[in-house]
Amino acid sequence: MEGLLEHPGYDGEKLRRVSEQLPCREVQAGMLLSLMGEPQQYCYPSLFIYGHRASGKSHVVNVLMKELELPHVTVSCVECVSSALLFEQVLLSFFGCDAASLLPRSPSLSDFVRIYKQRTSEFPSKQTRYIVMEQAELLRDASVNLLPALLRLQELVEDNVSVILLSEIVWDKFRPNTGCFEPLLLHFPDYSKAELLQILSAGRNPSYSAEFYSSYINILLGVFYTVCRDLRELQHLAALNFSKFCEPVAEGKVKETETHKLWKNIEPHLKKAMQTVYLREVSSLQWEQMDEHETGALRGLSAHTHVELPYYSKFLLIAAYLASYNPARTDKRFFVKHHGKIKKTNFLKKNEKTSNHLLGPKPFPLDRLLAIFYSVVDSRVAPTASIFSQISSLVTLQLLTLVSHDDQLDSPKYKCAVSLDFISAISRTVNFDIVKYLYDFL
Amino acid sequence: MATSSFSRGCFVFKPSAKKKKTTVDLESYFTDGCEGAESSETRFKLCLDLWNKIKTETEDLQDELNRNILDSLLEFTRKCSSTRRHGNWASQMRASEIPTAALVLGVNVPDHDITFQSLSELLRCSVTPHVASLQAKECGALKHLMKRVLERLMDAVVDDEEEEEEEKEEVQHSGAPLHKSVHCSLRALCDWYSSKTKKSSCSSSGKKRSSSAVDEHQQPPVVIIFKDLEAFNPKVLQDFILICSRYLDRLPLMFIFGIATSPSTVQRMLPHSVSSLLCIELFQSLSCTQHLTTVIDKLILTHSFPFKLNGKVMQVLVSIFLYHDFSVRNFIKGLQLALLEHFHSQPLSSLCCRKKEAQIQLQQLSAGDLDRIRQLPSFNRFLKEQEQQEQDNLQTDDTYLKEVCQKLLKGLHKYHKNYYPVLRCLHTLTSSLPRYPLGKQIRELHLICLEKNVWESEEYQSAMKLLKMLAKDELISLLQKCAEVLQPVKSKKMKNALVQLEELLDKFKQLNAAAELAPSVEEKLTCPVKNLQKKTDLFQLQKTLLEMNESRRAKRMSPFEVLRNEAVEFVDGLVKNHLSPPESKPLYEVCYYSSSATVRRHLNATPRTSIQAALSSPYCYIQNDSLKSEDGSVSNAAPDICIAHKLHLECGRLINLYDWLEAYSTVVSAAEGNDPDPDGSGKMDEVKHARFIRAVSELEFLGFIKATKKKTDHVARLTWGGC
Repeated sequence: MEGLLEHPGYDGEKLRRVSEQLPCREVQAGMLLSLMGEPQQYCYPSLFIYGHRASGKSHVVNVLMKELELPHVTVSCVECVSSALLFEQVLLSFFGCDAASLLPRSPSLSDFVRIYKQRTSEFPSKQTRYIVMEQAELLRDASVNLLPALLRLQELVEDNVSVILLSEIVWDKFRPNTGCFEPLLLHFPDYSKAELLQILSAGRNPSYSAEFYSSYINILLGVFYTVCRDLRELQHLAALNFSKFCEPVAEGKVKETETHKLWKNIEPHLKKAMQTVYLREVSSLQWEQMDEHETGALRGLSAHTHVELPYYSKFLLIAAYLASYNPARTDKRFFVKHHGKIKKTNFLKKNEKTSNHLLGPKPFPLDRLLAIFYSVVDSRVAPTASIFSQISSLVTLQLLTLVSHDDQLDSPKYKCAVSLDFISAISRTVNFDIVKYLYDFL
Repeated sequence: MATSSFSRGCFVFKPSAKKKKTTVDLESYFTDGCEGAESSETRFKLCLDLWNKIKTETEDLQDELNRNILDSLLEFTRKCSSTRRHGNWASQMRASEIPTAALVLGVNVPDHDITFQSLSELLRCSVTPHVASLQAKECGALKHLMKRVLERLMDAVVDDEEEEEEEKEEVQHSGAPLHKSVHCSLRALCDWYSSKTKKSSCSSSGKKRSSSAVDEHQQPPVVIIFKDLEAFNPKVLQDFILICSRYLDRLPLMFIFGIATSPSTVQRMLPHSVSSLLCIELFQSLSCTQHLTTVIDKLILTHSFPFKLNGKVMQVLVSIFLYHDFSVRNFIKGLQLALLEHFHSQPLSSLCCRKKEAQIQLQQLSAGDLDRIRQLPSFNRFLKEQEQQEQDNLQTDDTYLKEVCQKLLKGLHKYHKNYYPVLRCLHTLTSSLPRYPLGKQIRELHLICLEKNVWESEEYQSAMKLLKMLAKDELISLLQKCAEVLQPVKSKKMKNALVQLEELLDKFKQLNAAAELAPSVEEKLTCPVKNLQKKTDLFQLQKTLLEMNESRRAKRMSPFEVLRNEAVEFVDGLVKNHLSPPESKPLYEVCYYSSSATVRRHLNATPRTSIQAALSSPYCYIQNDSLKSEDGSVSNAAPDICIAHKLHLECGRLINLYDWLEAYSTVVSAAEGNDPDPDGSGKMDEVKHARFIRAVSELEFLGFIKATKKKTDHVARLTWGGC
């Protein structure tokens, strides 16, 4: 194993420590090392590393940088709300804060390049400097020239600097229209089940034997591998459920070696965990406490769907739902008393044969909403200011969404954003049979 | 303003200190245009006192109601900040999650402010000095969100002395002070936090190094409150959480989400990759209807507040709450409005205070006030019941009137003292009956009682019937509850009632004991059945059966049933004695505010109807006699816009502007008394033309018409209906 990470120019002891910290990623680490070359050598200007979540991209890069003590800066692109922050972080960690302070108030890319160049001529580097950009996919939303410039930063600043981009998205989705310097691509494949087992088993609880723990991990993977391959998440789940797994052993009922009994004990628990704590329906703290008082049936977050609304808000929401899911032509049939007999087949248009519920809500103007509201609500309602303010509060509660632009005061348009289940629960509380009024269920 | 300068120019005048003094204080606002100005001062004081009392009561109530949920939240924050430092295996292996409290508060968003305010105060006092609360509208983008967080956190902790130091430190950390806004990153916050904690630990460890409690305080969590989660931009929130999770090892963060709808919004807003960074725990607050019930209980269903609402006003306030906003704060605002209006418009409201003060006030009433008393409808009713001699005395003798009024006021106070306990008793008895004949909530019962004699209503009759069918243990437990209600009441009558009630309860208990001894009553009843076998005639059989039935009904009155009827009669008596509507009491106008129309107009405005009214009958706003018209038509002397509006009502969907102008000019010329088109040239008077254009553009501004592209010389109507 160690052989893989041999590389001239780096201390062997350090490399051994690196390979210890990077189980199952030796190939990628070795590849990366050989791309980086010896410290003083020029590296390829930009590297692009991609792979799924928790496939060890940042981990590998960070361990390499830290253990080999290379000059580097790690920047998370989420954090860089403006490119100024990015520039500043880079300058700060390469040249200290007086370099960063040279940046003008809202620096442009050329400011950054200028200062970098100026500094690097004063302090020329002996080793390759690395800029590691995490979540690089966000660079696409930054200004147009940022990504192409970063890719050939080495050339621009005339320094031994290399940019490493980390992303969950393939490079094809990055390539700007105008074309750019192509970075070297490096793919980190997902961990296989065996690899996951190996890595997870490494983090064993010191008070139990390695075999015992790896048998636990085996069971855990058996349940979760089909839904989740995220190492971080699996580790979290392993930590959460381990105490439950150990329970029979601690009580002395079962020996550590009786795997089958342990499996029988833990499996339903893990299945339950998959439906609750994995989905964050129940918080991990609550999950652990539930272990203590077994029977406590915790209700998940999505179990609480009931919303209490004022009486007229309910009717406004019902009216909005009807306006969103019924074609406007059918309003006459539902809300005018003597509409005559119109059969559904008579006014079916070709595209309306598909269910409106499959197509999703349609926008409707305020007028229509109010017209339906007044005919649906059973008493006479004055068009007071609070009726209108209720509409806007429904929008802030995200039960309705405003489709037209905010600035448009003249006949705003809305969409109803609630589900059929929700609206039928609401209409049941006001004794309104909504199904009767829905065109789809005619 | 004059200057001493010769030359022309611009001069700056700073506002002088005098001007500030001229601002009108509350009292003069109150007395301005107030009826019965002579007593306005005392009324203002009374009003202010009462309002302060209401305010403190509601605040206390709020605190009390929030206490549970806030306590559990505080517990949660403490737990979170303490578990962080456990160095055991499980917590090391676990993904570091940001502890998050999802606080479900209900849809009445304006009410949440108070809750969050007290929450952040409590947090500051007992858990951590670092609390920042955010509102969605100030955090449109991630940059702004960051900025707000940093501002609130750093400001909140920095004392005046330390501020400079802090800033210096910041300068050191970040380089030049030039671009401070650039430094709105969590990194800056981290640095600040570590310097903060280091500093405090240095100072505290000097004093008490050994105690572990200090250790807890050194790393107080940083709490960020998102007041209205739904309104936040999901993308911004996601990014912020992602960033925060990167700094979690250095910065003990904690979130509180204020949720108005349901907790599932968290999952709707955040994808799994983000929500897996959170450790969400749910906290549910009291529902707002329950909150309202307690507020009504404290403020309205009590005799300690002399100010009362009559049925209609109460109805308006409650229906605004239930139908429109669910906001308790608005309900209290409505109560305040009613209070203010009452003391402002009713000169006799100076008597609306505690009993003793009212007596003093009564002695100070002026002759005019006494005349007002004589004119009160309730007093007139009372007057008519008196004998002729008495009537004359009351009409003429002021001192005698004062004496009588004193008695009447006492009577009113007594009435209130007895009314509420009896109301509660009746509510405890009827609130569990099937189908709730008298309402589920006590406020419904209160409304019925305010309106009319409750015992005359059908619902009351049916409730009494149902009460007469209650099982023994149910009845006993209900009566016991009633006794508990009556227990703390101090009035004489209620004490009597309590004694009677306890006697009844004793009897029930004795009955229980007796029933065990003598179960033989039933047997006697069965004997006529034996006779039955002898009869064979159908008619006879029927007859005997009927007889049996009747005799059974008469005889079946077991001792329990007798007692039950007695109990129900007793309750009925209480109700008839004490729950008569306040309108029947003389001088009730002193305490009761009754103008529901005013309250409705102020609280539930109808802008559209007002515009419509102003346009179709300008007389309501411009009190000019020439504008008066009976048949709903608009006089031709009305303002231009009214005429134009009236004319546009006669048109269809599209209005030809030229026709409209013609019609308009005809009407206006008729008003001026000249022939519409004297020379027949078809030329329009330019002034009229201009006036017409102005009226049309005003109508457009009000949203009645708009320009259309279908026909260039037409406008489209935006309303329907009309003539």
